Amino acid sequence: MNFWNTISIGFKEIWANKFRSALTMLGIILGVGSLVAQSALVKGLENGMKEALIAIGGLEKVNITDQSVPVWQQHRKDQSVGNTMNDVYALQRSAPLVRLVVPEMRTLTATITRGGKAFNPWHFVGTWPGALEMNQHIIEYGRMFNEVDDEEARSVCVIGTGTRDALFGSPEEIGREVNPVGEFVNINNQRFRIIGMFEHYESELDRKAREQALEKGPAAVQGGPERKRGMGSGKSKSGAGIAFEWKNNTVYVPLNTMWLKFRAGAAAPIGPGSGSGAGVTAGADSAPDPRLSSVYFKVRDLDQMNDALQQVKNVMTHSHRGIEDFAFNTQENWSENITAAVRNARLSGSIIAAISLLVGGVGIMNIMLASITERVREIGVRKAVGATFLDIFIQILVESVVIAVIGGLAGLLASQGLVRLLTLISPADNTPIITVDAMLLAFSFSVGVGILAGIFPGIKAARLHPIQALRYE
Amino acid sequence: MALIELRNVCKIYHLAGEEIRALDDVSLDIDVGEFISIIGPSGSGKTTLMHVLGCLDSPSSGTMKLDGTMIENASQRELARIRNRKIGFVFQSFNLLPKLSVLQNVELPMNYSGVSGRERRERAMHALKMVDMENRAKHRPLQLSGGQQQRTAIARALVNSPKIVFADEPTGNLDSHTGETILQLFHQLSQEGRTIALVTHDPEIAAFTPRRIEIRDGKSATTADPKLAGTTARRFSLLNPS
Repeated sequence: MNFWNTISIGFKEIWANKFRSALTMLGIILGVGSLVAQSALVKGLENGMKEALIAIGGLEKVNITDQSVPVWQQHRKDQSVGNTMNDVYALQRSAPLVRLVVPEMRTLTATITRGGKAFNPWHFVGTWPGALEMNQHIIEYGRMFNEVDDEEARSVCVIGTGTRDALFGSPEEIGREVNPVGEFVNINNQRFRIIGMFEHYESELDRKAREQALEKGPAAVQGGPERKRGMGSGKSKSGAGIAFEWKNNTVYVPLNTMWLKFRAGAAAPIGPGSGSGAGVTAGADSAPDPRLSSVYFKVRDLDQMNDALQQVKNVMTHSHRGIEDFAFNTQENWSENITAAVRNARLSGSIIAAISLLVGGVGIMNIMLASITERVREIGVRKAVGATFLDIFIQILVESVVIAVIGGLAGLLASQGLVRLLTLISPADNTPIITVDAMLLAFSFSVGVGILAGIFPGIKAARLHPIQALRYE
Repeated sequence: MALIELRNVCKIYHLAGEEIRALDDVSLDIDVGEFISIIGPSGSGKTTLMHVLGCLDSPSSGTMKLDGTMIENASQRELARIRNRKIGFVFQSFNLLPKLSVLQNVELPMNYSGVSGRERRERAMHALKMVDMENRAKHRPLQLSGGQQQRTAIARALVNSPKIVFADEPTGNLDSHTGETILQLFHQLSQEGRTIALVTHDPEIAAFTPRRIEIRDGKSATTADPKLAGTTARRFSLLNPS
């Protein structure tokens, strides 16, 4: 029997029982709709969890930190040098699997003051211009310091919005955008010029919350003491918000500036003897300390993470004279946690949605069984005029699949509405993202359910004996 | 040459452990162009005989040859094909599909014989013209009178140009006048050279055909009583003025 003819018969049959077919389709529509919608929610969740990971520099970023000398090397402890600029240069020269190496020199006790206001940045670092790329910073105003600033150890700094808010006032308070570039501040009583400011980092959740707050208009000014809501949470709603606040409270100065102005006496790599003069008293406290706070590098290719780490280890073992006093910190654990959380959410959601699709399929099978019982005589007539087993089977199967396909397409439409509804109900949550993959999966699943639901009724109908079918009343 | 050759055919049913011989050693020939009736009281096995002759059912034993093909070896698929190409059925209760139009009902057998859309339409309209129903092509079966429905069913039986048409009590659901017009239609089709077998319990209708096969308790007795045929001819003198 002609294929298109069969399909048109299927459509006619469905059209003839409009209400019944629509009810049957509802099961598939809801199944497909919820499958796509839950997958969109999980995708939004995943993006929300990943944005903080990306914000701190992504998976490729690896931190080299100090580690106490292992037990079997304790006898050489006095030869341990820690991570120094030597390692940075060695890695740049000898580790081709490493793309970017950035040294960091931190000072924990920095106070920035300006006109009576003081601020302690969370993260006051001397570093190289490459830190901008390493930590995924984006300059909003001004510029990052460059190699010349570093070479000449200029007193310049690049700040985040946290410092700006504390010293100049936040745009929300002032009511207009504040550009601090070109202003002077004192850092530990030394005059620095602000040459750049990062953009404001925040998670999607916080951005939405802030925009909602803006739409509502300025909040009424509350009297009384300010209420802090606890460690780490800050203004952020999302758990990963700390990563964004950390970035906002970062202040960068050139590495050499850090060395000269805040670590005077340390062995600066500018030249021999610089910084240590006759005036420096010899002693344990003022002994030149060439150690960096940490060294960051990015691997060239994530797939070669292990090879790259091995290479870095080889190079550094050499520059550390065989003493393993360094360790690697990667973001793999964080990333694996995200993957596991997303997998769990996806699995549980998919199982529920798949069950509802299966229930839809059972609905189709039920209605097909009812339909063939109604049409026993019709099947008898068709067999009497020459329909074979296959003709009848395909006719029933096509009807079932047509119901499933229409239901599936309607379900895809419904999923769009469902997702919009979800965003409407909770606008501050992660935006659900409908993926083509999810739509294809849900649709093919619905077609599969349609085929499965049609097989049994199809066989039942096709096996009817023509004489008994014709006699059926 | 015989269109159908039936030799020693038995059809045995088993109902609740009891053996029922619906057909008991029936042998008969039907020639091309014959107009016959199969007559017998209800329960005599005439309908079973028609089912076997019409390839709806296969015999328990014995052989049957239709148009040169041995039937008892045929698979279900081949039987369906033979029903489709070589046999037309007209039923007592018309058995039109209510959701399809008259035209689509007539096209139905061609759906299963791979005829293209346009040819399907042409042949269906031609068949409807033969039974004088061409101006009702768009109607639904339920919008038609009984006689019109039966004529549609006859058109459906004829549309694939079968070797033989079986009509099972074709006038059973019609009033006597409409029944006569249907019988006249069969007569006319027979005159045009078609092979037609009427199945009936009514001797008066059976007498309308030149040859009768009488079935009693599953056994056959062929009669061609000219006297009986004559009486029927008188009864239907309106239709047969000669």
